[in-house]
Amino acid sequence: MLLIALIALPVLAAGVAMALPSDSWRPHVLPVAAAGHLALTVAALRAPAQDALGGWLALDPLGRLVLLLLSVLFAICAIYAVGYLRYRRELSNRVFVPCLLIFLGMTSLVACSQHLGLLWVGVEATTLTTAPLIYFNRTPRSIEATWKYLLVGSVGIAIALLGSFFLAYASLGQDSSLLFQDLLKRADQMNRSWLHVAFVLLLVGYGTKMGLAPMHTWKPDAYGEAPGVVGALLAGGLTNCAFLALLRVFQVCQAAGEGAYASRLLVFFGLLSIGVAAVFMVGQRDFKRMLAYSSIEHMGILVLGVGLGGLGVLGALLHMLNNGLTKGVLFLSAANIHRAYGSKSIDQVGGAMRRVPLSGSLFLLGFFAITGSPPFGPFVSEFLILSRAFAAHRFAVGASVLVLLLVVFVGMGRTVLAMVQGLPASDSGRTNYRDGLLTGMPIVVSMGLVLLLGLQIPAPLESLLREAAAFLETAR
Amino acid sequence: MNFSAANLLLVGILLLNLFFLGTSRIRALIQAAALQGVVLGVMPLLIHGRVDWNTGLIAVATIVLKGSVIPGMLRRALREAQIKREVEPLIGLVPTMLLGALGTLLSIAFASGLPLAPEHQNLLVVPASFSTVLTGFLLLTTRSKAITQAIGYLVLENGIFIFGLLLLEAMPFLVELGVLLDLFVGIFVVSIIIHHINREFASLDTRRLASLKE
Repeated sequence: MLLIALIALPVLAAGVAMALPSDSWRPHVLPVAAAGHLALTVAALRAPAQDALGGWLALDPLGRLVLLLLSVLFAICAIYAVGYLRYRRELSNRVFVPCLLIFLGMTSLVACSQHLGLLWVGVEATTLTTAPLIYFNRTPRSIEATWKYLLVGSVGIAIALLGSFFLAYASLGQDSSLLFQDLLKRADQMNRSWLHVAFVLLLVGYGTKMGLAPMHTWKPDAYGEAPGVVGALLAGGLTNCAFLALLRVFQVCQAAGEGAYASRLLVFFGLLSIGVAAVFMVGQRDFKRMLAYSSIEHMGILVLGVGLGGLGVLGALLHMLNNGLTKGVLFLSAANIHRAYGSKSIDQVGGAMRRVPLSGSLFLLGFFAITGSPPFGPFVSEFLILSRAFAAHRFAVGASVLVLLLVVFVGMGRTVLAMVQGLPASDSGRTNYRDGLLTGMPIVVSMGLVLLLGLQIPAPLESLLREAAAFLETAR
Repeated sequence: MNFSAANLLLVGILLLNLFFLGTSRIRALIQAAALQGVVLGVMPLLIHGRVDWNTGLIAVATIVLKGSVIPGMLRRALREAQIKREVEPLIGLVPTMLLGALGTLLSIAFASGLPLAPEHQNLLVVPASFSTVLTGFLLLTTRSKAITQAIGYLVLENGIFIFGLLLLEAMPFLVELGVLLDLFVGIFVVSIIIHHINREFASLDTRRLASLKE
């Protein structure tokens, strides 16, 4: 019942938002629904394991972790969105607000889904609901970004469907259930040839949604043109839903005794993504596109950690939380800076620390956090993944990741420092934006959580992380 | 199961694939996609061998959606856009047709390497599915208009649907319905976007969508 409520509440709220006639009142539905969803999430995490719809929906440790991240990130973004939409009175938010809420409902569906087909339906639904969000600004550039996103994303999701069919065919036997627990049980009887092709297709398909290189082409455009709050939800929420789907498929592969084959592919795509992101991040002049490449880099780190196994898996799961929350800080503060200067190119933006002190400093702190500087959370998770690489004698992998992370630090650092340091060029580009409570406070909260994860992981969260890692490893 | 009739229809689908790549008129392309949709709708009945609620519903839903509703939406988008009715390929029609034929041969070779369940041995489903997916890819990548790319996506989904025929017994009805629904919503959203591209750029040519790059 709780699980159905988690999905139904945002969808109902979307209906309410659509029925409200006033553009200035409608955004307030967001924080109300987010608070309700957060309360339901906490209740679901404390309650003993339960399922709904004949086992199609259930919360396992992996799902709990993703659901928690989604709910917290959405609450942060919901409060921010109220402040943001006050600056966008000229545009109707009649589609924007309901789509944000449906996005929350569909991502919750992905987190709870225990059925191969239902999982796919959830991921596809998130693709469709985010398209109008990217298109919010109604500029020719945002149409172009939306078109690329829809086309590349839909093809990716179609490949994932073909992969799901292949996986179903590989497991064809007396029992035809497509629930993950049943797939895991009969994994050892699966046909290897079909399973191999299925994993490649699912990795490419869900990898497209995650934004792994070389299927990442939609990402810089979509993140660059979408409002910052949408970028935060895509980079911190949607990508992790696709990651969860990939983890579930990886688990089936492991149970079938094909873990080594799947891990090799994950490490390969992980390294490639980090490498491609590093190349494009050096000399990037558009700071929102830079964040998109940073997202590609961190998706690479996630699959790399899982591919390395052992402590790497724990590191990857922790990194999923760290990256999601830090991306919230970066995208939201970048959106404020964008709004204050009316430009997202470092040719026009300079001295952000003076013009918008709060957003400027948060952006700088977010940069240090995402590049793995202590004492923030990503340092801990990246350290776990790297130490696993060296402990498993994968010296070439570990060393190349270290070098690439250094390249990213220097490349991203040049762009970020050019933005925040110095004096604002002139007052000519100045807009009416000032840091306020609604557009500042949510970012501070998000930054605080990133710091907390770096200093001391709360005990319940740590046990949840260990449970989730153990849950993935049991099949090995 | 009526395999010879099913195989005959699958060969028809393969021929339609070549037609997709060879035709220069968008209207003909939509027509052929509608025909392929109807053929796909008949397939579950032939392969399943008997008519029950489940397969009957899937067949009717497929024929209505893929054969009539979606082509209708595409036709409307074409009419509203008032664009030139030519396909405007980035690579010529003959080379893409040759690529399509090559793709079909490769699909047959690749499919023979994958072991099939005994009850599916003599069925052309797997090569037809791969070939249709490849045709969809070719349409998506070598045609410059938004509407032809949308048709390419439709063909790609058709290819996946063909593979789904092998899983009719295992896949619950709900999932099949979800697939059709998503396809419907997808094309619906796409046709809205086509409308906006047309308004903003006064053209459906995606080559104009080239301001976002490094």
